[in-house]
Amino acid sequence: MLDPMLQRIASDPNYHELRTRRLRFGWLLTIAMMIVYYGFILLVAFGKQTLATPIGSGVMTWGIPLGFGVILFTIIVTAIYVMRANREYDDLTDRIKREALK
Amino acid sequence: MTAFPTIGRILGLSTLISLPSAVLAAGALEGEVARQPTNWTAIGMFAVFVVLTLFITKWAAGRTKSAADFYTAGGGITGFQNGLAIAGDYMSAASFLGISAAVMASGFDGLIYSIGFLVGWPILTFLMAERLRNLGKFTFADVAAFRFEQTPVRMFAAISTLVVVAFYLIAQMVGAGQLIKLLFGLEYWVAVVIVGALMMIYVLFGGMTATTWVQIIKACLLLGGASFMALMVMSAYGFSFERLFAESVRIKTDIATGAGQAPEEAATAGRSIMGPGNFVKDPISAISFGMALMFGTAGLPHILMRFFTVPSAKEARKSVMWATVWIGYFYMLTFIIGFGAITFVLTNPGFLEGGVLGAPLIGGNNMAAVHLANAVGGNVFLGFMSAVAFATILAVVAGLTLSGASAVSHDIYATVIRKGHADSAAELRVSRITVLALGVVAVLLGIAFEKQNIAFMVSLAFAVAASANFPVLFLSLLWGGMTTRGAVIGGFLGLISSVVLTVLSPSVWEATLGNEVGSAPFPYTSPALFSMTLAFLGIWLFSVTDKSRRSQIDKAGYVPQQIRSETGIGAAAASAH
Repeated sequence: MLDPMLQRIASDPNYHELRTRRLRFGWLLTIAMMIVYYGFILLVAFGKQTLATPIGSGVMTWGIPLGFGVILFTIIVTAIYVMRANREYDDLTDRIKREALK
Repeated sequence: MTAFPTIGRILGLSTLISLPSAVLAAGALEGEVARQPTNWTAIGMFAVFVVLTLFITKWAAGRTKSAADFYTAGGGITGFQNGLAIAGDYMSAASFLGISAAVMASGFDGLIYSIGFLVGWPILTFLMAERLRNLGKFTFADVAAFRFEQTPVRMFAAISTLVVVAFYLIAQMVGAGQLIKLLFGLEYWVAVVIVGALMMIYVLFGGMTATTWVQIIKACLLLGGASFMALMVMSAYGFSFERLFAESVRIKTDIATGAGQAPEEAATAGRSIMGPGNFVKDPISAISFGMALMFGTAGLPHILMRFFTVPSAKEARKSVMWATVWIGYFYMLTFIIGFGAITFVLTNPGFLEGGVLGAPLIGGNNMAAVHLANAVGGNVFLGFMSAVAFATILAVVAGLTLSGASAVSHDIYATVIRKGHADSAAELRVSRITVLALGVVAVLLGIAFEKQNIAFMVSLAFAVAASANFPVLFLSLLWGGMTTRGAVIGGFLGLISSVVLTVLSPSVWEATLGNEVGSAPFPYTSPALFSMTLAFLGIWLFSVTDKSRRSQIDKAGYVPQQIRSETGIGAAAASAH
């Protein structure tokens, strides 16, 4: 069915490693992002008082650093994925390509 | 112009009803605006931007020879450039002016809104960006239809793209008209025609290359201007958030006291900006709206298209990383700008109707950031920020038009009608005709909708993108059991249900169609929770029960598709097509 090159890639252990590693890491971070975001939304829905509680004696509430925290978290997880992918996944991909095109 | 109000009446839309919620307004620049005196500084600065971008368009036109140049700038944009361009494509004038106005009005609630606009980017990065780059050529339909029967899946993707583009575009055109009336003191229709004409010139002659550079320049100007404003605000408070917030709470309390509230009530009103207010009406609306923003971002056709302009998966990843950095930074700035507007604008009689404290802003609440520009940087900086806001609209509408045109020329004409046998020149010709047609339609609709309540349109565009484009694209990439029948039926279920439920929701049923408050058959803010679920279930059900001969081909195509999406083998050849 498959042409020989695709067949070679499909049975290359490097390819399977790339696929499982990337999928696992991608889903892990996706789930983390969803927990953080929907957790924040549920806190807004059910924990208005908590978010509006002042941190110290001033006007600063827990809600503001938490909101900024969600923004920073979003940027940081994206950066983590991209840095790891650009280092690790591309090396694996190059190895797979070299094998396949031999 | 007398013909245009009739169109509104045929569509059964009532005249403008101002929505009470400033947060809704953040989507689509809403509310009555008064024409301002003609601002020559702003017009002069804008003229400089136009001349510069027209030169770029001229340069880009020389490099736009094939369909690939037109749709993807030849695939030669770097990840960093593309990240800025994506940010320029995504940060609309409505989100700059609307979110800073929402923060000025209700503080923390504005932050909830902007977070929603940011959280889709990681999802796009982790599960889709590099696979999209490896599979696609010009449009997201290339990816969604990769292993399926071309005609039905392409038709679905093209229709869904056009629906998203249409609503987004109308919202931008109406916003442009209102904004320019406000900022430059030009007539509404003049503003809409200028936006339409410039957008057609950029896209028609310069294609993706010109669009990209317009977006990059706009992103730099907007980020630069907003940074300066936030810096001036923070420096006035010794870079202490505590002092800025304390002063804001004090001012809000004074305004409430001035409105005749008892000291206790006034203090509560003042403190309310520091925590969640009325943004979340009920938890289901909150989750549903959050889903529309999160997954809608990952299904916007004009954003997805930008991933085909970079040469490799690595650059595609870098694109989203930079886009996320800039967009996240921008939303932090709008929060500071919103609080700055409380302390600098709400306290200055010169910016308030009749010069009375507690009165609305001159020109409406969406002018918060604009008045703040005047307060921190004087008239020249005000002109600069006004010109930037106009440039922002141009960059967004150019991206939308290009995406709509590619759906018609690449998906419908070249793939469905000509079965993939259209030559590059013919495809390019169809693109350009579509750009002209879209430009004219956008201007006419922009004028027709001048006095309509269009606050729902941007949310509807996100809901459709989340409920139709995202499920089909996502499952086609990650689920081998999906078939043509599942994709088409599930996709259309998501598309139709998201549009119908939006029409039945309060923001259209009550605010736009003028039915009684509380009479909306669908009580929630956003349909995404229901329509996305329906789309996923539909795709699953009609795929697993699909025993047709075609379903065998669809499933057998998954392994080769996966190999290409994971490794990029074969991708380079395709983009050189």
